[in-house]
Amino acid sequence: MITLDHAYIVGGFFFAALAILTALDNANPRRFRTAIFWALLATSFWAGHLIGDLGNGLLALGLVALAAIGLGQGKPPTTTPEERRGSAERRGNALFLPALIIPAVALGGTLVVQYTEWGPQLIQAQHKTLVSLVIGVLIAVAVMMIWLRPPLLAPLQEGRRLMDSVGWAALLPQMLAALGAVFLAAGVGDQVGQIFAEYIPLDTRTMAVAAYCLGMALFTIIMGNAFAAFPVMTAAVGLPFVINELGGDPARVCAIGMLAGFCGTLMTPMAANFNVVPANLLELPDRKAALNGVIRAQIPTALPLLIANIILMRLLAFP
Amino acid sequence: MLVLLGIGVVVFGFIVRANPLLVVMAAALTTGLAAAWTPDADLAVMTSAGSDTLASFGKAFNDARYISLTWILLAAIGLLERAGLQERARITIATIKAATVGRLLWVYFIIRQATSALGLTSLGGHAQMVRPLVAPMAEGAAEAKFGVLPDRERFLIRSHSAAADNIGLFFGEDIFIAIASILLIKGFLEANGIIVEPLELSVWAIPTAIAALVIHSFRLWMLDRHLKRVLASATPVESAQ
Repeated sequence: MITLDHAYIVGGFFFAALAILTALDNANPRRFRTAIFWALLATSFWAGHLIGDLGNGLLALGLVALAAIGLGQGKPPTTTPEERRGSAERRGNALFLPALIIPAVALGGTLVVQYTEWGPQLIQAQHKTLVSLVIGVLIAVAVMMIWLRPPLLAPLQEGRRLMDSVGWAALLPQMLAALGAVFLAAGVGDQVGQIFAEYIPLDTRTMAVAAYCLGMALFTIIMGNAFAAFPVMTAAVGLPFVINELGGDPARVCAIGMLAGFCGTLMTPMAANFNVVPANLLELPDRKAALNGVIRAQIPTALPLLIANIILMRLLAFP
Repeated sequence: MLVLLGIGVVVFGFIVRANPLLVVMAAALTTGLAAAWTPDADLAVMTSAGSDTLASFGKAFNDARYISLTWILLAAIGLLERAGLQERARITIATIKAATVGRLLWVYFIIRQATSALGLTSLGGHAQMVRPLVAPMAEGAAEAKFGVLPDRERFLIRSHSAAADNIGLFFGEDIFIAIASILLIKGFLEANGIIVEPLELSVWAIPTAIAALVIHSFRLWMLDRHLKRVLASATPVESAQ
């Protein structure tokens, strides 16, 4: 049976390859620092279950320290813009097909495990989507290696090219999840929930849903990131009131709640990579303003959509 | 109440534009220490609270590895880019004869939302698509129709180009089962003893995706009407080059 642990081994190989290729790349001004960063991540994937909780904490601390002093970008070998244009014209829309392999296998694997007898023997049922996704990536890479005949190291070098441009931000979602767990253990959600419960009557479904969605949007505006707001607001209002007390379906409440948070992301300069970076790239004259042109263009969509989310959750989440 | 200090650290960190990973770690340690603090806590108590917090952060970090596992997607996406995937996307968009700003941005918005729903979130983006392609094409469409643009409208069109990218991405990506936010929800619920499958979550992102599609399509239709009203009277078409 293929399990999540096997997928982690694959992930470990990917990050270990990034580390080695980075260390060998003279063009990266901070190649050793960056290589250690990816090597630590590879260690986490390969040996995270062996080094204990404090060991993992120290590993995370090391990643943070390296990110804070700054990572570098390498120059992996790749094709020129001319070669790419030529290939795009020659190969046509067939280029989109390998990209579809990944979601197709991820979805197919999930359904096979769910609906067949032999599926769960093939893929660990508890993590079927993730394991299927990793299998999908491996199949897609294999198909492209056969079809496009790039150099053998190309998938790793191209992966490194993209990972370098993402940089330390690649770990932000995982770190925010860990922060959410610390918040949870310290009772931050309970505190926020108490403040909410004290000032807002959460005893009807409509009020609780509205408070949860508006809270998600508001907290996202403050934190600049729905990922950071989600664990706090869901522990404070979503889980105790909307789900446990009033009978909301967890999957539906959380899925729509997260999207209510995304409405907040559209309205805040704290979400720098979405709202400030484009204003700089597009040379908007008001790019330094709190409500720059991009945010002003988004607010009239974000507010009605937030209301739509409240209505959708109220209608759909209580089956 | 003291544990809310951690949230203050996050806000402060973002305001002073510190590295977000550093902010997250600082917020975690602050929260753990604040939770342990009492008026007569001595250094030993606080040190052990600090290391306990680091351990619980480490445990959660390790449990959440699957979120970062999805980055191996980039090996496949990078291979496709190498073969000209972005160029192909540009060629495909350019063949669509979009007559107006609103319609052009609408086509991009739809493509962005649809490809994000397939997990191809790196196909768009401000640096890759909006600045080099979408904004110039949108400005070009307006200039072809109304002649030289006043600054106000030019920047409005640029802002809307970025907005189409963001809104398409945000309300498309959650339909894909392996996107970070879906995995974060799964992880959070699991920590609270509720097991849900990514597919159950992503299905319930669809109603909001449709709402976003309807609302933003209407906004782009309004943008066309606004540009027509403001620009058609001010600048006759003949004055255009």
